[in-house]
Amino acid sequence: MLARRIIPCLDVRDGQVVKGVRFRDHRVVGDILDLAIRYRDEGADELVFYDITASPDGRTVDRQWISKVARVLDIPFCVAGGIRSTRDAEQVLSAGAEKISINSPALENPSLIDELAKRFGSQCVVVGIDSDTTPDGYRVRQYTGDEARSRDSGRLTIDWLREAQNRGAGEVVLNCMASDGVRSGYDLDQLRSLRETCRVPMVASGGAGATQHFIDVFMLARVDAALAASVFHSGTLQIMQLKATLRDAGIEVRP
Amino acid sequence: MTIGRSVVMIDSGGANLASVGYAFERLGVEVTITHDATQILAAERVLLPGVGNAASIMARLNEYELVPVIRSLTCPVLGICLGMQLLFDWSAEGGTVGLGIIPGKVESLSAARELPVPHMGWNSIRVRHVDPLLQGLGADDWFYFVHGYVAPLSLRHTLGSTIYGQEFPSVVRQSNFWGVQFHPERSGKSGARLLANFLKLSPCV
Repeated sequence: MLARRIIPCLDVRDGQVVKGVRFRDHRVVGDILDLAIRYRDEGADELVFYDITASPDGRTVDRQWISKVARVLDIPFCVAGGIRSTRDAEQVLSAGAEKISINSPALENPSLIDELAKRFGSQCVVVGIDSDTTPDGYRVRQYTGDEARSRDSGRLTIDWLREAQNRGAGEVVLNCMASDGVRSGYDLDQLRSLRETCRVPMVASGGAGATQHFIDVFMLARVDAALAASVFHSGTLQIMQLKATLRDAGIEVRP
Repeated sequence: MTIGRSVVMIDSGGANLASVGYAFERLGVEVTITHDATQILAAERVLLPGVGNAASIMARLNEYELVPVIRSLTCPVLGICLGMQLLFDWSAEGGTVGLGIIPGKVESLSAARELPVPHMGWNSIRVRHVDPLLQGLGADDWFYFVHGYVAPLSLRHTLGSTIYGQEFPSVVRQSNFWGVQFHPERSGKSGARLLANFLKLSPCV
């Protein structure tokens, strides 16, 4: 049976892994390669590396570390940040990443999703969605890596999710901004409602703080994978123990 | 036992060539990536990776006139993911003819079930036939899958199967041609074991 995945997310800036609270106040938490190996050894199913500054600055991610990670790591990993063209994507994938994740550039130019899916196959095209909870419902925010530029994209999350998968996204990471970084649990209501629409694998992001949050998100929101950062970086949760508890709760995980 | 060191990976144009190469590098084996028929024919072992679209990869193999070359190989050949699907007669992905080494048609996984497609993540295999490629591997081993199409099951060619909504072949074989639906290069220790087994297969099957 297909196992539910636990995915640590490593926010990368200037070759270091950083983490902020609610997308702000970033501080260094460690070296990319050290953390990648640590999480692999602890039982991570996959890793996401996200260059949080790349997209707003118009920069592209530094490719050097990607092939270093690919040489060492024997589990899949995804690279996000600054991928604006098939050429950018090709560089990241040929350096050894399994998947590329696009967010703001896809909102600027939705046909980028079609182009990437056609060229590389849907299986490596992940669309990241930063979804905000507003009085008008769940709405997509753009340029969330830069507080000054961060703005409403003019789209409802459900519409964008539908469009992204119709254009060829092979996986969707739904980052619920209201719960991100505060460790009070995944946004189960939002994830559950969007799961109904999502036909591709769906990854929950934002809010993990305790083991029960993972049990809830798999049992109640039926997501395929759960992504988290600070809860792992801080050592609050250890992946091996987390997985043992999930298994006891009847959730299929890879030992 | 001598382990054949000459491993050639067919440049199928897919995006996972680097990660397959790195996986063999971790086992201490250098892999040559090429679409040159002479080099492929001289290899002790051949890898056929594939990521992307069946029709576009077949078009590329045809462009380099590699279809008869691959079909004529007598050394151990390992098709990975789409590379495994191409071993079959035909694929519904782009409606393309395959290499025709294993009979049957590759069909879309999305046909019916209420499950997300692609099948993405870690899954296990049930060994149906004992085979040197699967030595030391069993129900406790997990492999990383990413695919939206599946090959047909058969008593003769299916060495291992996996369940995702339906049961499908995850390890296949026809004489010297093996294929795996998952990505051994990204399947941790279990994947490394399978690749090490591939390196130990007798060069003349």
